[in-house]
Amino acid sequence: MEIKVLHQIMDWNEDVSEDVKTELASHNICMINVMGSPGGGKTSLITSLIGILRDRFRIGVIEGDIAGQVDADRIAELGIPTVQLNTDGACHIEAMSIQHILPELPLEDLDLIFVENIGNLVCPAEFRIGESLRITLLSIPEGDDKVEKYPLMFTDTDCLVLNKYDMLPYFDFDEERVCSNYGTVNPGAPLFRVSSRSGDGIKELAAFIAEKAEAAGKAGA
Amino acid sequence: MHELSITEHLLDHCIREAEAQNASRIRTIRLCIGQLRGIVPDCIQLYLDMLSEGTIAEGAQIEAESLPVKVLCRDCGMEGEITPHHLSCPHCGGLSLKILSGKEFYIKSMEVYINGNKSTASDHGLE
Ligand SMILES: Nc1nc2c(ncn2[C@@H]2O[C@H](COP(=O)(O)OP(=O)(O)OP(=O)(O)O)[C@@H](O)[C@H]2O)c(=O)[nH]1
Ligand SMILES: [Mg+2]
Ligand SMILES: [Zn+2]
Repeated sequence: MEIKVLHQIMDWNEDVSEDVKTELASHNICMINVMGSPGGGKTSLITSLIGILRDRFRIGVIEGDIAGQVDADRIAELGIPTVQLNTDGACHIEAMSIQHILPELPLEDLDLIFVENIGNLVCPAEFRIGESLRITLLSIPEGDDKVEKYPLMFTDTDCLVLNKYDMLPYFDFDEERVCSNYGTVNPGAPLFRVSSRSGDGIKELAAFIAEKAEAAGKAGA
Repeated sequence: MHELSITEHLLDHCIREAEAQNASRIRTIRLCIGQLRGIVPDCIQLYLDMLSEGTIAEGAQIEAESLPVKVLCRDCGMEGEITPHHLSCPHCGGLSLKILSGKEFYIKSMEVYINGNKSTASDHGLE
């Protein structure tokens, strides 16, 4: 016989995500989920942003990696509290993992936490992790068809960063295609053209993040 | 890959739900998946086959219904359906769309065998 169920499958993750959000709010912390393909420039972007934002905010980083801790070491060298979250082969970070690892950061002394998600355009989009801001990073060499192929990554984000913008002259990258598709499925959401290498465009992105962080993190202060 | 942890929770929930209804066996799990989601039903089936061994869900089949992406066009004000490969209004070609649906992901129903005297005709098809 048939039994009706009508159960939202992702509830188990969404519920924990809300708990994490509440926990972070009690510390006035804004958490930023940085998502994008392997090698797109997530670590480079976070590093550049830290350079600009560290004067104004106390920053911590959670480095997601399938294995190893090369990226965590890169960030820790900057003198930023960093924890490594190894997912043991899993292709994404779940809210539960964030909940478990948060106590390892000095939450009392932070305003902003960057989470570098696992490099991948599919899986991380499916999982909220308690963030107040989602950044999707697409780098020029990856190609201009990604919005069509991985729509959720672009609909469920708060801003799109076109990284490695300095590489534009060397690739057949139809910028208009990406902008138009992105604008269509996520109307009004901002887009930033950035080169983490030259630093171009980073300031604008940092200003956007600062504004969100002050709104989200400092709401009670 | 993300289907693994999803399937674990899915299986958990289905078994609990089935047991609450005194089911002895889960035959089919019907899912609804919006086309914007990156969830592959075949992957869920694969992990389910693996994880359900020795449970009342062993041998259960996943049936997935794919739900369309519905949008409201901010240019012409009409509603319509799009696919991720044609991201424009089907009526006027407009490029400013509000997404109304297409991100669903839920268990709709299950086909189960019920214990004892409540057994139904479909029970005989079990072995
Ligand atoms: N030309 C150019 N190269 C960049 C830019 N940003 C990053 N890179 C280079 O791209 C490579 C990958 O950068 P990462 O920051 O490690 O990328 P990632 O996304 O963190 O990579 P994974 O963590 O391995 O997924 C490095 O060699 C960077 O130097 C950019 O804006 N322009
Ligand atoms: Mg990295
Ligand atoms: Zn229209």
